[in-house]
Amino acid sequence: MKLLENKVVLITGAGRGIGRVIADQFISDGAIVYANDLNEFEIDGARTICFDVTDSNALKAGLMSIYKAEGRIDCVVNNAAVIANQKLGMVTKQLLEKMYQVNVFAVIDMIQTVSRLMARNGGGNIINMASVTGVVGSPGQVAYSASKGAVIALTKSAAKELAPQGIRVNAIAPGIIKTERFEELYEASGDKIDQRIGRIALGRLGTPQDVAFAAAFLASDRASYISGHILGVDGCATI
Amino acid sequence: MTNLEKLNKIFCEVFSVEPTALGSDFNKNTVAGWDSVHQLSLTTAVEDEFDILLDVEDILEFTSYDNAKTVLTKYDIVF
Repeated sequence: MKLLENKVVLITGAGRGIGRVIADQFISDGAIVYANDLNEFEIDGARTICFDVTDSNALKAGLMSIYKAEGRIDCVVNNAAVIANQKLGMVTKQLLEKMYQVNVFAVIDMIQTVSRLMARNGGGNIINMASVTGVVGSPGQVAYSASKGAVIALTKSAAKELAPQGIRVNAIAPGIIKTERFEELYEASGDKIDQRIGRIALGRLGTPQDVAFAAAFLASDRASYISGHILGVDGCATI
Repeated sequence: MTNLEKLNKIFCEVFSVEPTALGSDFNKNTVAGWDSVHQLSLTTAVEDEFDILLDVEDILEFTSYDNAKTVLTKYDIVF
C-alpha cells in the first residue's frame, strides 16, 4: 500500500514551484490530489481546481465541490503564498496587506472551513507552509517573515483547538529552496546568497523535492501522533 | 423527517430540552449555557444534517431558534 493511498488532498498554490512538486509527490504516493491555483494549469494525475484563496466564497465552493465528489477531505496543504523581499523603509502597506491576506488570513479561513468538513469524517490533517525566516528572522524580509511567524503561531493554536476532532495541524519551515524564483534572486544578489548557503550545515541548498517528502510524511498516517509541530526543512540552517 | 423536525431534534440534543421548549423566546439570552461551544455544536450538527457549509457570519447569527431558521432559508432549506 502506498504512503497516501486514496487520501483526498487539496494543495493550494500548486501551479508551480514547491506546490507543484508536492502535488507530484502526493500523486506518486497514491493520493487523490486536487491541485489549486489562481489560473488554469494542468498536472498529470491531478484534478485542478482554480480559485483565489483570499475569496472566502470561492474557497468554500471549492471545498464543497471536492467534498461532494469524494465524500471526504483528508488533507489540505496550505502552500499558496505571496513572497516579496523589501528592506525596512521600502515595505508598502499595500504589499503588507496583500501578503497577510494570502499568507495568513486565507490560511485561517481555510482551516476554519475545511476543519468542519474533516470533522464530519472523524478527522484529517492540515499542513501549513511556514519558513525558516519566520523562526529565526532574516534581513530584508521583515514583512514576509512576520507573515510566516504568524503561520507558525496559528499552526500551534489550531493544532490544540482541533485535536479533539481528530485533526492534526503542522507546518513546514523550508530554508533556502532552489526554486525558479530562487534562481531569479540568485542572479540579482548571488554573493549575499552564497554567504547564506555557507551557513547551511548540510552544505547544500534545499530542493522542492525535500519539502515534498516532508509534506508527504506529515500527511501520512506515519505522522499520526504529530501535531502542532513546525518541521524545519532547512539543512540544519537554523542552528 | 421534515426539515423542522430535523432542526428541532438538533436543538433538543444540543441543549438537552424537550421540543415543547423551542419557540420564539428560545435564544442565547434566555437559555442557560448557550455559549460559543454550544453554538458551534449546534452549527456543526446543522451542517452535517443538511449537508451545507455555513458562512462565518451565519454561524455568528445562530443566536436563537428563530434566527437559525432564518439563516437556513438562505441555504434553500424550507420549513
